[in-house]
Parts: sequence; C-alpha cells; structure tokens
Amino acid sequence: MSLDKDTVARIARLARLKVPEEELAPLAGELSGILAWIEQLNEVDTADVEPLSSVSDVVLPMRADKVTDGGIAAKVLANAPGGAVYIDPSDKNAGGFFTVPKVVE
Amino acid sequence: MAALTDLTIAQLTAALASKDTSAVEVAEAHLAKLDQHRALNAFITETPDRARAMAKASDERRWKGEAGLLDGVPLAIKDLFCTEGVPTTAASRILDGFVPTYESTVTANLWKAGAVMVGKTNLDEFAMGSSNMTSHFGGVENPWKRKGDNRKLVPGGSSGGSAAAVAAYMVPGSTGTDTGGSIRQPAAFCGIVGLKPTYGRCSRWGVVAFASSLDQPGPFTRTVEDAALMLQAMAGHDPKDSTSAPLPVPDFAAAARDPNIKGLKVGIPKEYRVDGTSEEIVALWAQGVEMLKAAGAEPVEVSLPHSKYALPAYYIVAPAECSSNLARYDGVRFGLRVPGKDLPEMYQNTRGAGFGKETRRRILIGTYVLSAGYYDAYYKKAQRIRSLIARDFKQAFEICDVLLTPTAPTAAFAAGDKMDDPVAMYLNDVFTIPASMAGLPGISVPAGLDKDGLPLGLQLIGRAFDEVTLLRAAAALEKAAAFTVRPTGY
Repeated sequence: MSLDKDTVARIARLARLKVPEEELAPLAGELSGILAWIEQLNEVDTADVEPLSSVSDVVLPMRADKVTDGGIAAKVLANAPGGAVYIDPSDKNAGGFFTVPKVVE
Repeated sequence: MAALTDLTIAQLTAALASKDTSAVEVAEAHLAKLDQHRALNAFITETPDRARAMAKASDERRWKGEAGLLDGVPLAIKDLFCTEGVPTTAASRILDGFVPTYESTVTANLWKAGAVMVGKTNLDEFAMGSSNMTSHFGGVENPWKRKGDNRKLVPGGSSGGSAAAVAAYMVPGSTGTDTGGSIRQPAAFCGIVGLKPTYGRCSRWGVVAFASSLDQPGPFTRTVEDAALMLQAMAGHDPKDSTSAPLPVPDFAAAARDPNIKGLKVGIPKEYRVDGTSEEIVALWAQGVEMLKAAGAEPVEVSLPHSKYALPAYYIVAPAECSSNLARYDGVRFGLRVPGKDLPEMYQNTRGAGFGKETRRRILIGTYVLSAGYYDAYYKKAQRIRSLIARDFKQAFEICDVLLTPTAPTAAFAAGDKMDDPVAMYLNDVFTIPASMAGLPGISVPAGLDKDGLPLGLQLIGRAFDEVTLLRAAAALEKAAAFTVRPTGY
C-alpha cells in the first residue's frame, strides 16, 4: 500500500498534527516504505485466529463505586499552559477551569 | 575498600548496614561522577539537592534501625516516570515546563524502600527509538568505544541514558521501560544487565504511556542479583493500574543468589538465526548454550514459527496505541502550547511543533491503521498475528523452562547511523519484540566482547510471572560468562 501526499495530509489533519507542505512528500515516501514492509503479514492465514488485545489473562477487576479521590483542583490545574481560572481564588481546591482560545462568537 | 562508585547495590547495602559508610557519603561520591561524565548527556535533569536530602533521611532511618531494602542506594530514573515536583519530559518538547503533581507507583515503591534519586535520564522521545537519537535533548553517548576508534557510539534505546549512567558507574542502578526492547537492547549495547519483567509485574501508573498493552518498567544494573533487588522493590499489585497483576512478589534476590540450573531445559529457537546478525553474535550465542550446558542445563531446540512476523505486527500495534495515547498532548492541560487563530489550529500548531520526527511518523502510521476502512486490514490483522506469537511461546514452554537468544543483532553502532531508514532502525529489536508481544519477561546479560572490544549481550526469556527461574538462569549465565570488562576512555 503506497500513500500519496494527499493521504498524508488527510491523516495529519485527523491526528491534529501540523505538517509543513514541503515535508508531506518525504513523509509519504517513508510511511509507504514502512507499510510495504508490514504487508508481509498477509502471508499468514489468520482466518481462524482470535485477535489478542491484552496479554494479561485476568478479567479486568471491578471496584466499589465509591469516591476515592478529589479536592485537588489546584494540583490538576497546576500545569495549565494557558493558565487556570479558579472559582474561588482564596480556595483553589474548590474548583476551576483550563483556558482555551475562544470557541463561540 | 573499593571506591564507593565501584560497588554493586548488594555491596553498597552491605557497606551501609555495617556502617562502613553513610548514605550521604555514597550520594556525594555518585554526584561527583555525574559531574565528571556530564558530556555523555545521560541525564536530562540532575537532582543533587533532592539526593542529598533523601540520603540524609536514609541515614536517619538507618540509625533508628528502620532501613529498607534499598536504603541509601543512589538510583537514576528514566525521564518517563512522573516524579512529584521534578520536571518530567519524556525527552519531548511537548512536555515543556511540565512538573508532575504526583509520583509514579514504581518510583514511589523505590523511595519507600529507601532509594535515593540522583536525577532523570535521557531517552528517545516518548521511548520511541533504538538509539537515543530521537531525544529533544540530544543523543546520549555510550561510554564504550571501539578499540582504536574514537567515534561516538549510541547507547541503544529507548532507555539509553539509564543504561549509559549504569555502564559509566555514575549510579549502580536505574529504571527503564521496555515496550519492544527498550531495556534489553541498551543493556546489551552498554555491557550491563537489563530486565524486562512480565507485563503486569510492575505498575504502569504514572509512567508516560507509549503503547499501553506492551509498556513495562524494569531495572538496569551491573549484576543479576542487583536486578533482582531492584525488581523486588519496584514490583507489586497496584489498584491504580488495572493491568497490574494481583500476585504476590516472590523472593527474586534469593533466586539470583542460587544459580543452580541442573536439569533446566533451555530452549534454543531455530527461527532466531536471522539474516543480518553479526557472526560474532551467532558464535557467542553458541558459547552461551555451551556455558549453560556445562552448568547442568539441557539445551533443546524449539520452534517459534511466527517470529519473523512479530516485528511488522509490532509496528502496527505500537504506533496505533501511541497515536491514541499521545492524543492527550493538545496544549490545554499541560506542556507546550503554540497559539493559533482558533482551537483546532492551536491543537495542530502545538502538536506540530511539540513532537519530533519519529514520534510524528508513528502517530501518523497509527492514525492511518486505525482509520475507517483500514482498521481490520491492519490493526485486527496485527492482533491476530499477536495471538499466534503468544501461542508459539506457550507451545515452546511446554518443552523448555527458559529460552536463550541473542539480545540484539549487532553491537552498538555509531551515532547518526541507521537514521535515514526507519525500517533498518526497527530491525534492532528483532530478538526482543516477540517476547514483548507475548508479555513475557526477558533479561539481557553481558556475555562477551566483539573483535572491536564492544560488549555483546545474550537474552533469556521466561514464562509469564516466572522471573524466579529467569533470574536463576541469568545468574548461571552471568557466572559462566564472568564478564568483568569495563569501558575506558569516556
């Protein structure tokens, strides 16, 4: 399977990844090379084989539906790259918000 | 007495227990080594103040008779483990400025056992690479050099900084993570021991995620016994990681101190004689078989027929999981933000500027194989192949107890080599990825030198959650190989 420039641009958009125009063609070449190498998997007949999504044999454990954490809004917001807005600046753990560019006019 | 920095973890804890030295002295000696070898670029962040404070607290515990398993032992932590109050970068620009407000379970376990953190080590960006060359903070230099050749060599990857720090005697042990070989391959390149435990043995909570169904933390040390000691402290069930195994932690160190392998069946997989493997490594592998045989083991040939498909299947599964895991880096909650005219543009700008070349490549591959119309042809197919690989190992372990293979197809290569062809770089992990795909434990033991004087490693693979047998076999191999050469000229 060979990828063209337009396909790479489409995947990049799906991945929310800005790729400069001049890098699209070289990337298409590299990704096509990797995909061509992966094609060898088609030699293997897997019609009757179940897919393996996890190697752990255990069934995912259930836990009690109880609140075990919370009241740490200041810690959660501490790394906000756009800064955080707190409901009550005198009590940062009372809650707050991450900030993003305006999304509604 | 030997220099403090020459001691193994077992020797250090003994010296500390007999009060021949103090944790503060031990920390100072190792911090001086960090100073001396800064040019190797093994560390992204050094934490000397924290090390001194932790060492002082360790001495106080010891005076009170409350010393833990690793009390006073200086360790380096791969900069993929979140450490509260200490920047954690994953060697990526996208985590610029990120300071975790919580501690990973594995590092918390190490501190609970009394260990002392000296710093955070360099790695391939988001642990994606086999050379440490994809780090945003520059490559790491391997302390080993070819005889009569001053060119810089790579330490392997992704945990290259952790491996180089142990090989250069800056620390007696360090943590790594292994997704497809990121502990075992750098251990082989740097002439030290690297252990990838069974998937689920160590908690992944607080470790920056790359491919969640494969990632597993483990130790780097200079001896098998030390690897067992570190694993003892790192392992255990953690309710915060739903894939962490609810199993008791056996006495790993006791297994490593008992290299009795009489009657142990050692499987030699015939499919591991792959093209491109150096002849010296093939010869060393044969010597390894003889060493284990001389120690009382019984070699048996086994077949793992789907081995050759493990690598291409991995390069579907790992990028798919990576593209999903790395979706969280969007410039909103942590790390880098590059402004844009609206929210989607801010996402695209941030991710375009924050991720390096190899990470971008894998996100794109992963997005493609998971996209509508391709999911079954790629991702489902790879998962079916993964079933076959796991079944191969299950059948092999019906007739043997451990497997012996080379760790990597070559010795360490020069910085900058294999950078133009991603597939050539991926082939470094041809011997380590099958066990990763099956979730099995593996360990690389230094077993000899090549004609250029570079270390070579052999890998042992064990049954799931049977690190005890794996460590016993590794100790026997270590004893027989008697690898004592140290790197010079770094």
